[in-house]
Amino acid sequence: MTTTTIEAQHAVSIIVDHDKCIADKGCRICIDVCPTDILILDAGDGKVKMAYDECWYCLPCAHDCPTKAIRVEIPYLLR
Amino acid sequence: METTHLETDILIIGGGTAGPLAAIKAKQKAPHLKVLLLDKANVKRAGAIAEGMDSVNNAVIPGHATPEQYVKEITIANDGIVNQAAINAYAERSYDMIKELDAWGVKFEKDETGDYAVKKVHHLGAYVLPMPEGYNVKKVLFKQIRKLGVDVSNRLTTTRLLVGPDGRIAGAMALESRTGEFVVIRAKAVILCTGSAGRLGLPASGYLFGTYENPTNAGDGYSMAYHAGAELSGLECFQINPLIKDYNGPACAYVTGPFGGYTVNAKGERFIKSDYWSGQMMLEFWRELEGGNGPVFLKLDHLADETVSKIEDVLHVTERPTRGIFHEGRGTDYRHDLVEMHISEIGLCGGHSASGVWVDEHARTTVPGLYAAGDLCNVAHNYMLGAMVYGAIAAEDAVDFIAGKELAEIDPAAVDAEKERIFAPLLREEGLSPTQVEYKLRRMVNDYLQPPKVTTKMEIGLKRFAEIREDLKRLKARNPHELMRAMEVHAILDCAELAARASLYRQESRWGLYHYRTDLPERNDAEWFAFVEVKKGADGQPEFFKRPVPDYIYPIAKSELYAYDAMRLDQELAA
Ligand SMILES: Cc1cc2nc3c(=O)[nH]c(=O)nc-3n(C[C@H](O)[C@H](O)[C@H](O)COP(=O)(O)OP(=O)(O)OC[C@H]3O[C@@H](n4cnc5c(N)ncnc54)[C@H](O)[C@@H]3O)c2cc1C
Ligand code: SF4
Ligand code: SF4
Repeated sequence: MTTTTIEAQHAVSIIVDHDKCIADKGCRICIDVCPTDILILDAGDGKVKMAYDECWYCLPCAHDCPTKAIRVEIPYLLR
Repeated sequence: METTHLETDILIIGGGTAGPLAAIKAKQKAPHLKVLLLDKANVKRAGAIAEGMDSVNNAVIPGHATPEQYVKEITIANDGIVNQAAINAYAERSYDMIKELDAWGVKFEKDETGDYAVKKVHHLGAYVLPMPEGYNVKKVLFKQIRKLGVDVSNRLTTTRLLVGPDGRIAGAMALESRTGEFVVIRAKAVILCTGSAGRLGLPASGYLFGTYENPTNAGDGYSMAYHAGAELSGLECFQINPLIKDYNGPACAYVTGPFGGYTVNAKGERFIKSDYWSGQMMLEFWRELEGGNGPVFLKLDHLADETVSKIEDVLHVTERPTRGIFHEGRGTDYRHDLVEMHISEIGLCGGHSASGVWVDEHARTTVPGLYAAGDLCNVAHNYMLGAMVYGAIAAEDAVDFIAGKELAEIDPAAVDAEKERIFAPLLREEGLSPTQVEYKLRRMVNDYLQPPKVTTKMEIGLKRFAEIREDLKRLKARNPHELMRAMEVHAILDCAELAARASLYRQESRWGLYHYRTDLPERNDAEWFAFVEVKKGADGQPEFFKRPVPDYIYPIAKSELYAYDAMRLDQELAA
């Protein structure tokens, strides 16, 4: 099969502090509350990451995080 | 592609603002009933009020305003095309809803005497009730939902409704956007609370999710109601808002106005009398931008330092709390910098303008057993509190409607067809990404539907939309999340097409910028003092028709009816 798509490159606007994130202890709060469902567990390091460039910069992820591990930046195109 | 079957008495689709109130009121009235509240997001943080609200935009509080004054204001703000009975049904219950929310723990601003501190922002009357600590609304509602034993289901994107052989509502079908399950839900009544069509136009930033509206509101509800045979109303009356440029959120004049903030042009001059959002106000805003007096700014730099701090404590904490991060990034400080404003992309939203699924004063659509509430229904300028009141009205009526009724039969062929439609993009080997198709579609919406509306442009737009409809057959999704996005593209396209056709059907201009047609610039009451309605015809094509404006409960003299026309500050002087 010939390749018909190319992966686009997007700047990540949800910054997760790996030292603070306790996803490896079972926390899934930000993943649960995000309305656009763009946060996932990174199987590699057991922490949370942004998987889709579909952020409404609305803040529930950051506000509900028990360890304040998330920083929400304004998506690059809007800054 | 497992199929899960569920049954409930009352199904509520959308757990943002109207949905939670519908669930609460159904359970309060009939605790024995099974009530299922579902959302494509998570009810806890779903919808426009996920981070709270900074004010009630339309409080009707004794001593400040009467239902009669409010109904008249909204009638005038909408150039007379309203069902006053529906607006009055909100106005009559507005105060009780505020008191109930207050008792549950939502904080509203009060004066020294304990009375609600209502402010004047509208052109004529006083209806804005600030909520400086309004960030907890969602938490308060969720507590009630839990307490009353409402069934809650998250990450379910409903895609189509089911109608029984007798035309009565039978249920809905949904996609679980994480597991990819297909879910068929049978219900005796369905209340649609899926919000606005907020992903219709493309924000000027080009960022698909940089919308004014909560972007999970892609317009699914309009599409579902339409395909179920319900009547839709006023789809030519677009939603267009004055927003912080690029950030694309409210500035917000309702908060800053009472503190002394206002909108100015590049010369630093005021040009509109009222910052209340209306089509007439937006037209003046657009003229200022286009007429060489732009850009337009929100001006706060003349206010005292402590006043600005108070404003920041509201604007940077509730509703759209990243406003502060945005301004910080650009080094904007309200104390010495003006905030550049722009005109938003178009959307459809009953809560802000006057369009949506047609409902009467009981929130009934034209399909028996199907209700609509909130931004999705065409009760003009209903905003947050109107969404809540209409959720309540719908639920209470639905409880009566289902008494003594069995579940309506569902058509297995309709279920199979929907399953095939939903999963096609997942099964396809290769194709177009939902993101790219959505980007192109929404760019075309900007190019051809953003007012001022031009007949030839809208006709070309319809051709482009027809081509994109063919592209839907090539959508490729790699996982259930992308599949949800693919289904949303279907709904956005339905909304775009219906909005274009409705705009062509109404052959006049009305509602300021919302329906300003350059080739038909005049308002024509003789022929168009009516609602423009659409429903799916027997041939599967949209059928447009006029619905007369029902007799007013509160008559308005012709001389008063177009009071919002005089929105420019220099208008009387010029006359
Ligand atoms: C930025 C902003 C500021 C505002 N400021 C004010 C204000 O200060 N004062 C005021 O009175 N009003 C304000 N409003 C308006 C007010 O918030 C809305 O009118 C009101 O919240 C609408 O409620 P709703 O229930 O119709 O929609 P929402 O609260 O948006 O809920 C709709 C829900 O439906 C879900 N949904 C959508 N499609 C599907 C589907 N296919 N399947 C399942 N679920 C689905 C969504 O995920 C969402 O949770 C503001 C709105 C916005 C966007
Ligand atoms: S909520 Fe915070 S701690 Fe929990 S998974 Fe998310 S980032 Fe990690
Ligand atoms: S800011 Fe909002 S949309 Fe973005 S990741 Fe957080 S919760 Fe999700």
